[in-house]
Amino acid sequence: MISFIAKRLAQSVLVMAIVSAVSFSLFNFVGDPVNNMVGQDATREQRLEIRDKLGLDDPILTQYSRFVGNILQADFGLSYRIKRPVDDLIAERLPATLELVFVSAIISLFFGIVLGIYTGIKRNSWGSRIILSTSLAGVSLPTFVIGIALIYVFAVHLRWLPSSGRGGVVELGWWKTSLITLEGWRSIILPAITLSLFQLTLILRLVRAEMLEVMRTDYIKFARARGLSERAINFRHALRNTLVPVITIIGLNIGGLVAFSVVTETVFQWPGTGLMFIQAVNFVDVPIMAAYLVFVALLFVVINLIVDILYFVVDPRIRLGG
Amino acid sequence: MSTLLDINGLNIAFPTRRGTVNAAKDVSLTVESGEVLGLVGESGAGKSTIGNAIIDLLEAPGRITGGSIRFMGEELRDMNRDEMRQIRGKRIGMIFQDPQTSLNPLMTIGAQLVETIEKATSKRGRDADAHAVELLEQVGITEAVARLRAFPHQFSGGMRQRVVIALALAGDPDLIIADEPTTALDVSIQAQILDLIKKLCRERNLGVIIVTHDIGVIANIADRVAVMYRGEIVETGTVAQVLGAPSHVYTQSLIAAVPRADTKLDRFTSVDYIEGNTASFRRIDIQNHWLGETQQNDHTGTAIDVDRLNLSFVLQKAVFKRNRRMLKAVNNVSFSVQQGETFGLVGESGSGKSTVARLIAGLYTPDSGTINVFGKDVNENRKAVESRAARQALQMIFQDPYSSLNARLRVLDIVAEPIRFYRLTENETQTRKIVSDLLDHVGLGASAALKYPHEFSGGQRQRISIARALASRPRILICDEPTSALDVSVQATILNLLKDLQQELGLTMLFISHDLPVIRQMCDRVAIMRHGEICEVSDVDTFFEAPAHDYSRHLLDLMPSMTLLSDPVE
Amino acid sequence: MDSLDEKPVTRWQRFKDNDIVWSFLSSPGAMGAAVVASVMILACIFAPLIAPFDPFDPGQISLWDGKLPPAWVEGGQGKYLLGTDNQGRDMISTILYGGRLSILVGLAAVCLGMVLGVSLGVIAGYVGGVTDAIIMRLADVQLTIPGILLAILINGIGRALLPYELRNEFAIYVVILAIGLTDWPQFARVARGATLVETNKEYVQAARIIGLPSWLIMVRHIVPNTLRPILVIATIGLALAIIAEATLSFLGQGIPPTTPSLGTLIRVGNEYLFSGLWWITLFPAVALIVLVFSVNLLGDWLRDALNPKLR
Repeated sequence: MISFIAKRLAQSVLVMAIVSAVSFSLFNFVGDPVNNMVGQDATREQRLEIRDKLGLDDPILTQYSRFVGNILQADFGLSYRIKRPVDDLIAERLPATLELVFVSAIISLFFGIVLGIYTGIKRNSWGSRIILSTSLAGVSLPTFVIGIALIYVFAVHLRWLPSSGRGGVVELGWWKTSLITLEGWRSIILPAITLSLFQLTLILRLVRAEMLEVMRTDYIKFARARGLSERAINFRHALRNTLVPVITIIGLNIGGLVAFSVVTETVFQWPGTGLMFIQAVNFVDVPIMAAYLVFVALLFVVINLIVDILYFVVDPRIRLGG
Repeated sequence: MSTLLDINGLNIAFPTRRGTVNAAKDVSLTVESGEVLGLVGESGAGKSTIGNAIIDLLEAPGRITGGSIRFMGEELRDMNRDEMRQIRGKRIGMIFQDPQTSLNPLMTIGAQLVETIEKATSKRGRDADAHAVELLEQVGITEAVARLRAFPHQFSGGMRQRVVIALALAGDPDLIIADEPTTALDVSIQAQILDLIKKLCRERNLGVIIVTHDIGVIANIADRVAVMYRGEIVETGTVAQVLGAPSHVYTQSLIAAVPRADTKLDRFTSVDYIEGNTASFRRIDIQNHWLGETQQNDHTGTAIDVDRLNLSFVLQKAVFKRNRRMLKAVNNVSFSVQQGETFGLVGESGSGKSTVARLIAGLYTPDSGTINVFGKDVNENRKAVESRAARQALQMIFQDPYSSLNARLRVLDIVAEPIRFYRLTENETQTRKIVSDLLDHVGLGASAALKYPHEFSGGQRQRISIARALASRPRILICDEPTSALDVSVQATILNLLKDLQQELGLTMLFISHDLPVIRQMCDRVAIMRHGEICEVSDVDTFFEAPAHDYSRHLLDLMPSMTLLSDPVE
Repeated sequence: MDSLDEKPVTRWQRFKDNDIVWSFLSSPGAMGAAVVASVMILACIFAPLIAPFDPFDPGQISLWDGKLPPAWVEGGQGKYLLGTDNQGRDMISTILYGGRLSILVGLAAVCLGMVLGVSLGVIAGYVGGVTDAIIMRLADVQLTIPGILLAILINGIGRALLPYELRNEFAIYVVILAIGLTDWPQFARVARGATLVETNKEYVQAARIIGLPSWLIMVRHIVPNTLRPILVIATIGLALAIIAEATLSFLGQGIPPTTPSLGTLIRVGNEYLFSGLWWITLFPAVALIVLVFSVNLLGDWLRDALNPKLR
């Protein structure tokens, strides 16, 4: 167990090292950091002073290790555009994104897995066929189109739900939540549906494919030959074996949700980190881009680590060795 | 004894887009309590289909189109799904071929046993647990109480098959259908499992149907036997009757094709009844043919000389050397093969025999030791002209006819590959002519050149492999279990072809097999391998008549006794 | 049993007998999707010949005709069947030209990702050892960051590196590069997996014993045998690439409004949605969805048809 986790941890550290190297090189290759700090009309002396202060003339490895040191203290420097510390900006906007991702993850996982199992067991029923065709359409719908359509129908036409923002926000310590006010819930419905729909259909199709795969195995046939009931075969034998690979899907799912939160937040003007990121890219605000990159990679590494540990718990073949 | 199962006029059809395949045609057979019925046939004969049809588990789109299946007086075909479920497990048990995949990997052995017991009997909770322990003990699993908490992957193949048998017995059935129960197991384990099934049959007065392709299994365990050929039962009778004095032509051919361990025959005779085996060997004028123009044979004496060969594989990687787990696949192996002889390498799976073959073929590089082919060290300078020549002189035929041919290439391009690569001919017309000749020579006919591998059966594919090997004009042929994936009748024809080619072309052969009778038929000398080491090298007759090593005697003891077989028709 | 003396089959018979062709001909969904996809792709490719107007020719555009609704709605004009956009460009023509750009970018990006991924994957699988470890770790690292984010990032960096005046001109290449570079790990993983399976097959060993050099074994034997799974992910990848391009453009990161793609059109139209000019968004969106849906339908069928377990 310990060596297993240690191995995974080592891999995670490697991933983070590479990602931090990439984001470090962003500073050096995208735009001139000095220009970004002081503007075009600074004097030569001012520029030299800044160069010196930033240590831009140090050897590249020294600069990199300083960068990593700063990251470890959550210090990404000042935003070029807003001139505020990047870590503050992220901390301010993180709750909005995490709440959106959380609600969407629950929607997509719940409906994805339940419908996936249903279509896997009742392979040839009309219900399954309709769900499957719809799901293929779901995979084909770009997230932003879903968002626009929902806004048009429910916000512009029917005027039932707000089209942008988080609604009422309540501060719980530094965490600003919108999940405890009615207005907040009304605001999150449309973005959460938009964000979860694509992932939902993806999960549904993966679970179904996995279920069908398991149904073809010899141990299911042997279970039938022993006269076990369909119920026992479907839920005790097939489902558990299906759910092992589904754990991986959960990891990928949360990743996809974080990624597409950028799109959803843009459509709904949701004040989260995704919207901040896209604005940063527009203005080549390198510190925010770099910080967001590191932040997303970290999130993923942690999720993958959790997934690996879950595997370990669920699958006796890994837990107990051969 | 009473009639347990009575199948009458059973027809099973598999509709496909290329027309309906009749997997079973008018099949009738009976099973009594306390007897083992062997259902024997080659691949595609429809024998497994019958087992599945009895308990209504035919794979889609197969269905029963006629006939009756009466089990203890009840018609199984009239039963609905719920009634059928009461039959399965409770009154008819099933054992499948591959114990690796028959058990649910995520559930403990105990949980799988208990759920089956609770389904089939009135035992619950503690009683069910106790019964599970009892069953495991009956199938010969020690420390049964502790084993209940183990997962399937913690058992070896043979132990798993015992668990599968325990599961089949859980509902205390009257009939057991075992579908190739020992095919996936090693020889020594096979014997144990067959003994167990036979013992259970006698003790519990069970009826047993054993479905198998292996005449040896039938000879060892069955009381009566039914021979299937292309969906029909061609002959039924007691084992002594059918194996000793077969009456149907197919059975005669089949039995003639079974390699014998007691005496060496020149060739397998009368195996031609079976369709697809009709291809005959066409002699060519070797003196004036391209195939005869091999490189100057200036070397006399040993063809292959292997000296103190060692190779280890890493089983578990680790940064530190002491933490690595290594497998010594080949341990100080030395032997030499004379020109023109057939040298056999024998051993169970994991003995390292195939690794030795791959080392000689140059697919692996040894950790230490030398391999000389016609007096030249093949690993000394792998890029040099001489080792290229040595490589050309040495070709290999593989076990699996389905993976040994590139499915994307036409047979022409497969066979012509070495000719084109080494520029052995002057132009493409000549190449095509030679490929046609080669295909003709191995019994396929020149028209095969423009087809793709999937259009051929296993035996025909093996012939293509042989033609490809010959296209390099080799002087040494390494055959790695060339027939173990083939039906016994096809095996006989391929072995005949190899013998003919060897005589004609004066080939030296290294013949790897786990099958002792095949070795007896093919080889002049033989080396016995175990755990990467050679136990014994001797003349093939000496080995069979007076084995020197303990392990050799052990292997010979495990060989199914074939004394019942009729004498070969010479 | 295959008898050897049977009369030779013609190429056409062989083609018709092919399992995949047969599966295609018996699947109405797949055939419908193929028809829709090919009609759309052809129409877009030949847009200059088919489109009633040239949206890039200022002489054909008049602001007086701007924001006209579709012909069947009150106020619509017959010559603009689906209406006009805010600049007075005919919707049908802009959609055809926009679709052309979207398809072009999608295809180019998938090809880039495929060539890169398959080469690296096959090399990793065949050579093994350190090469394998480096290539696949790289792929792993890249897969920790979701595709669309990476595409946005690469695209952003690419644009930032270009001189300002060239940004619009080269935007399309930057987008292709961004999506293509994002795609390769998928291809590499599948290609490597298939290569490992194939390398262990005995025909590869036979080729090695014949003495063929590694590059020839890879090109002649391994790559053709890995193409089936690659084809499946390439088809699904095309759908995803088209969506990715549209998403980038929608976010204002992709193709500029002067030469709009479908995504750009939807973005522009979105600004007029609240004022009731629904057609500027709706029609490009429908075109995009139908295109992606038909490609996905094809990919879905292909995956089942090429899966030997399902046959």
